Amino acid sequence: MARILAVDDSASMRQMVTFTLKGAGYQVTEAADGQEALTKAKSQQFDLIITDVNMPVMDGITFIKNLRGEANYKFTPMLMLTTESAGDKKAQGKAAGATGWIVKPFNPDQLLNTVKKVLG
Amino acid sequence: MSETAEEIAQHESNKEFKELLTFFLAGEEYGVDILRVQEIKGWDSVTNIPNTPEYIRGVINIRGSIVPIIDMRLRFNLEKKEYDATTVVIVLNVVNDGKTDRTMGVVVDAVSDVYNVPIDDVKASPDFGTAVDTEFVTGLATIEEKMIIVLDIDHMLNAAELAVIDKIAE
Amino acid sequence: MSIDLEQFHETFFEESFEGLDIMESGLLELEQGDVDLENINTIFRSAHSIKGGSGTFGFTAVAEFTHDMETLLDQMRNGERQVTEAVVETLLGSVDVLRNMLNAIRDGSDIDVSSVAEVTVAIKAILGEESAGTGSTETQVAAIPAKGWQVNFKPYIDIMKTGNDTVRLLRELNSLAESAEVTINNDSLPLLSELDPEDCHQSWSINLIGNDISEDDIREVFAWVDDECELIIESLAQDDSSVGSEHSDNDCRETEPNKRKTDKRSNKPVESSSIRVNISKVDELINMVGELVITQSMLSRFGEGEEFNASTIEKLKDGLAQLEGHTRELQESVMRIRMMPISFAFQRFPRLVHDLSTTFDKKIELVMTGESTELDKTVLEKIGDPLVHLVRNSLDHGIESPQVRIESGKSETGVIELSAFHQGGNIVIQIKDDGAGLNKDRIITKAKEKGLVTKEEHLSDDQIYDLIFRPGFSTADVVSDVSGRGVGMDVVRRNIRELGGAVEVKSTAGEGSVFTIRLPLTLAILDGQLVGIGNETYILPVISIIESLQVKTENINAVAGNSEVYRLRDEYIPIVRLYQIFGIKPISTELESGLLVVVEAEGKKIAIYVDDLLGQQQVVIKSLETNFKKIEGLSGATILGDGTVALIIDIAGLIELYQKDMANVVPIKGGGLAA
Repeated sequence: MARILAVDDSASMRQMVTFTLKGAGYQVTEAADGQEALTKAKSQQFDLIITDVNMPVMDGITFIKNLRGEANYKFTPMLMLTTESAGDKKAQGKAAGATGWIVKPFNPDQLLNTVKKVLG
Repeated sequence: MSETAEEIAQHESNKEFKELLTFFLAGEEYGVDILRVQEIKGWDSVTNIPNTPEYIRGVINIRGSIVPIIDMRLRFNLEKKEYDATTVVIVLNVVNDGKTDRTMGVVVDAVSDVYNVPIDDVKASPDFGTAVDTEFVTGLATIEEKMIIVLDIDHMLNAAELAVIDKIAE
Repeated sequence: MSIDLEQFHETFFEESFEGLDIMESGLLELEQGDVDLENINTIFRSAHSIKGGSGTFGFTAVAEFTHDMETLLDQMRNGERQVTEAVVETLLGSVDVLRNMLNAIRDGSDIDVSSVAEVTVAIKAILGEESAGTGSTETQVAAIPAKGWQVNFKPYIDIMKTGNDTVRLLRELNSLAESAEVTINNDSLPLLSELDPEDCHQSWSINLIGNDISEDDIREVFAWVDDECELIIESLAQDDSSVGSEHSDNDCRETEPNKRKTDKRSNKPVESSSIRVNISKVDELINMVGELVITQSMLSRFGEGEEFNASTIEKLKDGLAQLEGHTRELQESVMRIRMMPISFAFQRFPRLVHDLSTTFDKKIELVMTGESTELDKTVLEKIGDPLVHLVRNSLDHGIESPQVRIESGKSETGVIELSAFHQGGNIVIQIKDDGAGLNKDRIITKAKEKGLVTKEEHLSDDQIYDLIFRPGFSTADVVSDVSGRGVGMDVVRRNIRELGGAVEVKSTAGEGSVFTIRLPLTLAILDGQLVGIGNETYILPVISIIESLQVKTENINAVAGNSEVYRLRDEYIPIVRLYQIFGIKPISTELESGLLVVVEAEGKKIAIYVDDLLGQQQVVIKSLETNFKKIEGLSGATILGDGTVALIIDIAGLIELYQKDMANVVPIKGGGLAA
């Protein structure tokens, strides 16, 4: 089954995302900030990245930008979790190489639907 | 415990039953709900607790728990009796009114038996002056021509504890 | 499928409360003028997290409230808004409101809607002030679904480099319709030899047939890529109308500057049942248990029918010694897990002192030391309230107003020192102020009024100061909201005693007071001195023992008929015949045949007469209240090595019992007091 990297500095969000995705049969790895996520992504191949934007140490957009530059992540879907309904964060994300976004708050079903769509 | 044909028939006729452990105390036979009985121990030494009434003999250690032991004869002002070979401590789970359950032990003369009593057969007791205050008596049951005084343990043991507070002032 | 999100709620609450603490300390720093961008970002992220989480878990009221806070903080971190005191005050107020909201939700009680509204208005006022007041804009486009749509989708060349997959998009599009006709356009495809497979050169024209597809549905499929493609959507049928409406909300209301009430934060002690443990502590434990297992298997060999001779007995003794060592280490390790730094209790004080100094119009500086001193988690949680009361007391009654201070030649700003350190087997917490000190005369007068002290009694200074811990005592002329209601100090002492600790006060008029709290490092284990009284064994806490001595008759003095004191060097210590108070038959009633153990609690000393001193050992404290009740003079019980129960004496309680007995001469079971 597909391997997903879930990045968020909020433990409760990570728990919820992991629980939801694992329940659907995906393998999930967690990270609490962009730097940790980058390290993990480099040491292990993931099929999908889901990351929050506002995080300490390294934020989501910088993380996506860095990871997109890695050869084996050129085409990997990367989704941002954002509460910003303002367009600029989404645009920044896209400019950094994000595939798309999921707007917070979301419920588990919405998450699963989006993941299914993206992973096929 | 052996079941008579009668008892078996009663089971089959689907009545509600209460299983009682009975014991002797100063010539009378009393019964307590067997579900409340945690264990039966022989009498052993007890650590006395200061400034408590005489009927609270003290506490013992039961697998790491500190359990108070109450002498029933002293509690109900019956004649004192030397503890002997039949003297036992019945360790009971006492339900404490919405708070957590407690474990307490009572010293009795001897254990009698275990009986299956139809609930309907436990009749309200008239005020005929048993040793035990009637407020602690659920009712009377007749088993094999004997009268068993069925006790309300929760009430009795929780009240026993409360009585301590009054006694200090005496 | 629906997943129950409730299992994540507790984590959300915990991390939100932590986030609020971070916000609060960050905001306090901002107020000091420390406008650090990283700080503002940290505050922003905490608010952002709470907003996201609360939305996800369905706590809409919290999400809405936090949204405004977040907007304000976002402006601050973007440099769009100046960090002024008013803004920080409002945000601090909103932290309080959020805390209360979260507590209410967690407990299932009602949210204080009025305080929420009050602060919301204040925030919106600030937001409305400087930004153009755009508020929310709603655009509604109702698209009437046509018979179908024609979608012309031409992705830009780099579309795949953002991880988007055209096949996926087409698949999604397809799922909207009953049927679809797809025409692919390969005109732009270069020759295979020149083709870079990472580029997208194709475009599609799709006819979606269906009666209930809206244009929005289609746009949504392409939501992520609308800047990476050309998208033309036309309906297949004739009619097409779109209705749009715009709302804008402008809420600029006048509010007065927010004078935050100091009691805004509900002081409910949140006792969480989880604990954060450093991994290294856990690893230590695992190692220790490993050692224990080795020792155990070594010892179990002896149970397997090995003969007992001199050498095997030696080995057995060695094994047992090792067992003792490992068990002790394991015990220490485990206790360390429950230990947390006292900073958790101290961290509320900067805010508290800040608020109270505003309320009382005093200038106060708070100095905290020893925040890393560790103590048991349960003790930590329960010491919070008593500490708050003592600090409030110092602030309210101790520290004088700036004018008074200047007049007495002190500096305008009063100093409160909160410190913690380890001493012996205890943790000591001190609250020191450089205020006016306790007023002896007022205390004695009040005590006499309340009948706590007879007119003739002569008390030492320390004894006078100790009176403030009596129930119903308060010398405040006006009962202020914060303290002085007279229910405080005795509750403080009781709470501290319940933790196995003690509190006392020392004071110098005009210079200040020091409250000293002593607490055991752990609630569960005690260093005990076994003593024999008659045939019974009792336990005295080693920490309270000053010395033990053999009685010299010439040092015994009788006082006023029924009490005795012992002269020890230059003081007179009351002799307590424990066997009398506890109604035990002693081995001897002659003091000279036994021993006196001098103990101390809360500044008072007594000499307990015992028949014998038996060893010292560590003792696990078991509660008497679980199955029985609290007995005065006893702090619990323990199980000795031989399986019997020994009672542990509560020194402070014993002293009170003794004093009561001296006053009443009450006959007790088993013996009477010599009248």
